[in-house]
Amino acid sequence: MPIATKQDVDQRVREALVEFGADADAIAPEARFEALDIDSLDLVELAQIAEDDYGVAITTEDLKRIETVGQAVDLIVERAA
Amino acid sequence: MGERVNAAVAATAPAAEIAPPAVERGCALVTGASRGIGAAIARGLAADGWRVAIGYRDGADEAAAVADRIRAAGGAVATLAADVADPDAADLLCAGAERELGLPVLALVNNAGIRVDALSPQIADADWQAVLDVNLSAAFRLTRRALRPMLRARCGRIVNIASVVGQRANPGQASYAASKAGLVAFTKTVAAEVARRSVTVNAVAPGLIETDMTAGLSGELLAAVPARRPGTPDEVAACVRFLVSPQAGYVTGSLLTVDGGLSA
Repeated sequence: MPIATKQDVDQRVREALVEFGADADAIAPEARFEALDIDSLDLVELAQIAEDDYGVAITTEDLKRIETVGQAVDLIVERAA
Repeated sequence: MGERVNAAVAATAPAAEIAPPAVERGCALVTGASRGIGAAIARGLAADGWRVAIGYRDGADEAAAVADRIRAAGGAVATLAADVADPDAADLLCAGAERELGLPVLALVNNAGIRVDALSPQIADADWQAVLDVNLSAAFRLTRRALRPMLRARCGRIVNIASVVGQRANPGQASYAASKAGLVAFTKTVAAEVARRSVTVNAVAPGLIETDMTAGLSGELLAAVPARRPGTPDEVAACVRFLVSPQAGYVTGSLLTVDGGLSA
């Protein structure tokens, strides 16, 4: 299982978002998922990646709360610790 | 006008992906496959090249016989015992299929089903719940679990075996009808959720089919069948095989009825 450093998680999340169709140049900690055209199904898949790669469980409630790339990264790092 | 339409279509069309066919990337899991329609589906998918996991509850010998027949025809198969009513069964079956067959589940057929017939005033709570648990809730849990590899693979087929009874009243089967109608609504909703990941979700509604489940049913229902005969499990399996095939990639959220005209 990859180590959950902030840098590593940030990289993994970026990879996933690009895979989902987000513009790589537009991805930044403050970037909102909505602005990146990342929808709820993409976030469900991101949650799955978090579980598969870092053993982190992300719930429906969590998904409702996180609105930016930075919030997603922070949540994964926090839960993996 | 034509150019604008073409540009609009091109802008929304997904990029063509050259990936190995689904049968090489995943396995098929069929629940309730030790006999009847499930066994026919398992044999049919194996004939189409799928590695098949046969889920069964009690019929170990029957499941083994289905597996032997598939192996004799050159197919790869595993048998997995589980009661789909058990909340842990979904993970048990999907993980088991992956372990035994070496590939994630990319084709799921929710076929396991029971009926406990009684007129509504006589239906016991436990019987109502049992029918819903096996026929509807289990399909939900297996779908939830199987969607994980399917979404990641950008590829998947889910076929839920419903029933014409979900659409046409048959006194004495209120719980069965409710579970099957619910299964169809679930099918359509999930289909709309995951379509853009190239995962299709469809339902097949068999009418009167020659199996253990219909052995005790009255002749009244058969008399109402325009085709004047019950269907065979292989005829239902043929519908599932089509929906699971690569050719059915644009068919999703649909209900394919195979009933000799009963609900026409």
